[in-house]
Amino acid sequence: MAFATAIILAFAAVILSNILWQGWEAFSWRFITSRADQNMFDSQQAGVLQMIAGTSARVVLMTIFVMPIGVITAIYLTEYARKDSLLTNLIQSAVNNLAGVPSIVFGLFGLGFFVNFIGGNLDLILRPEQAAPYWRNPALIWASLTLAVMTLPVVIVSTEEALKAIPPGLREASMALGATRLETVIRIVIPQALPGIMTGGVLAVGRAAGEVAPILFTGAAYYMSGYPSHLTDQFMDLGYHIFILSTQSPDIEGTRSILYATVITLLLLTFTLNLLTILMRARIRTKLRTFH
Amino acid sequence: MTQHFLNELDRLKDCLLMMASRAESAAKTATRAVVERDDELAKQVEATDHEIDQLELEIDELAIQLLAKAPLARDLRLITVAMKICTDLERVGDEATTIARRARELSYEPQLKEFVDIPRMVGKAMAMMDQALKAFVNEDADSARAVIPQDKAVDALNRQLHSELTDHMVKDPKSITRCLNLMVISKSIERIADHAKNIGEVVVYLCEATDIRHNTARNSEQTHIQNP
Amino acid sequence: MSQTQIENAADHEKAEAPLIVTRDLSVHYGAVQALNQISLNVSEHLVTAFIGPSGCGKSTLLRCFNRMNDLIDHVKTTGKVTIAGHDIYRSDIDVVQLRKKVGMVFQKSNPFPKSIRENIMYGLRLHGMRESNRLNEVVESSLRSAALWDEVKDRLDTNALTLSGGQQQRLCIARAIAIQPEILLMDEPASALDPVATAKIEELILTLKERYTIVIVTHNMQQATRISDKTAFFYLGALVEYGNTQAIFTNPKNRQTEDYVTGRFG
Repeated sequence: MAFATAIILAFAAVILSNILWQGWEAFSWRFITSRADQNMFDSQQAGVLQMIAGTSARVVLMTIFVMPIGVITAIYLTEYARKDSLLTNLIQSAVNNLAGVPSIVFGLFGLGFFVNFIGGNLDLILRPEQAAPYWRNPALIWASLTLAVMTLPVVIVSTEEALKAIPPGLREASMALGATRLETVIRIVIPQALPGIMTGGVLAVGRAAGEVAPILFTGAAYYMSGYPSHLTDQFMDLGYHIFILSTQSPDIEGTRSILYATVITLLLLTFTLNLLTILMRARIRTKLRTFH
Repeated sequence: MTQHFLNELDRLKDCLLMMASRAESAAKTATRAVVERDDELAKQVEATDHEIDQLELEIDELAIQLLAKAPLARDLRLITVAMKICTDLERVGDEATTIARRARELSYEPQLKEFVDIPRMVGKAMAMMDQALKAFVNEDADSARAVIPQDKAVDALNRQLHSELTDHMVKDPKSITRCLNLMVISKSIERIADHAKNIGEVVVYLCEATDIRHNTARNSEQTHIQNP
Repeated sequence: MSQTQIENAADHEKAEAPLIVTRDLSVHYGAVQALNQISLNVSEHLVTAFIGPSGCGKSTLLRCFNRMNDLIDHVKTTGKVTIAGHDIYRSDIDVVQLRKKVGMVFQKSNPFPKSIRENIMYGLRLHGMRESNRLNEVVESSLRSAALWDEVKDRLDTNALTLSGGQQQRLCIARAIAIQPEILLMDEPASALDPVATAKIEELILTLKERYTIVIVTHNMQQATRISDKTAFFYLGALVEYGNTQAIFTNPKNRQTEDYVTGRFG
């Protein structure tokens, strides 16, 4: 056991040190606080502020979409659904299958469904006279929704596990006192399950922050001078930028440090987002003070 | 209940039956001693009484141990009935000893010929005892019930003997010692019959959970429910 | 029977007003029949015990009285259960109100992971009580009724899970009686407790009998003899014998009852 842990730690150490070594030159406070201009490949002028904003925005938006839907679905499956009914089995298989779908497929799905279908119909309904598409374009909202669909299984499963961990005796006690199932869920079950639900959130954020394929066609842009301010704006993204830097750069050697500095930035961002969620979860845990 | 409990319950019954046979034979031997005027027989009875007393202690202790296991229904009735029968049998042993002692005293003096009723009383009393104990072994409530009215006959014989002996003592003062001894013996036999009746009554309780002592029929059903 | 005995019997009947009446009650879990045509009356202000081997249906019957069986998938209940004259399985019955009138205490104590105070206020808030003075009054009175007040009065805001097993169970009883039920259903309330805690619970039940009607499921026959007035013996989903506790335990009519009570079963 200790040997396996050591190997994993060794790998992590090797990867991290490689990244730090390569990117240290370009990474600086200025780097992360200034915007990039058209000349993204010059290590003196490079900046990643738009990407930070873009990545953060899409992750936050994704969380806003995925958490309610995922938690409510999990609650339905655990608390309300008959365990052996056809519908329950269908939903469970759908969730399991969704978890195994490759990210690029999500990207294509997002393009076809959100951008073209939903976006197209919105244009038809809301802006029938305008010829130029407005909703039917890659946008922050479509990218976030795509990511939400992708991370849905993670949230559902984490929430389900958290709900199942609550002893049935508590629900029985509540209902025997005259609570309806809904009241029991709201007053007893969800508060107890909150740490587990937030774990689901942490996992979703961790998965989504670094994903590029789902946002490729649904919202990521090569270059935007400003920050995304409307739901329909496109955005720059750290992960996508890494991809750009490594494939589009005219000077591979020169941009290498920018590339790795961007990687460092992405790692830091993911780490910070996770840390925030973990801290929130810890606070909730101490408030609950369950002694099991 | 465990097999151990059931084994112990059987052991209780066995002890009780052993005590019963000892008490019965003590009573029989003692009354033989009166009729046959045999000093040796009298000594035997006194020795048996010690064994009977020991059995009483053993049975009571075993019963308490069994009660600590909180038995219910028939088991509970059996154990409490066993304790009661055991007390009656111990007294029978004591009565037998009394009879034996009086028999020894009588044997030192010439026999009073007129009193053939003693053997008749003895016969009845021992028959009652025999029937009551068999009813216990066979758990036969009807047979146990039948013992009870027989006590009246023994009581009547005792009263009759008592008055005859009183007359005799008045007429022949020299016979007073022997008459008094015979009165005591008669009383003891009457008491043995009473104990047989008691045994009959508790055997009915064992079988039917009806308490017929003191001329009332009281079922377990009709006891008060726990106080509100 | 003598005159006094007849009079006693009449008083007996009068004092035993039936509060819960079941007629031909049967319960199926899917294909399995758990209860078979049960007809039985539970009298007011008495402690009625349900005894029988595991799987005989006694807990199922208990849970019919507050319709907790409804929570189980594929359960089918036929027959009639009437409480205070109302058929509780009618479709227009408000189950929430039913459960206010018929409280339940479970085998394994299940206090909410909240403070002691919050545990008791949970039921009160559920049924609309808002005013904090009144809430705290009821918290105190129910804890007193459950013989727990003196032990916890200085730590009402500590987590209920820090209490001992016996205290937790008494808290669950306090929580149940806080909303003023008429009937208390207890499913083996002391089976997870040590003898001292059990004795406290039994003592509590004897005092609660004055205000509530209590039905208790128990595996412990001696417990049934100690605290119950009437006892019903169940076997394989059927009611075998039902009568005064004294009679059932000293002189049962039915052979099966006798065998079970003397431990010769199985």
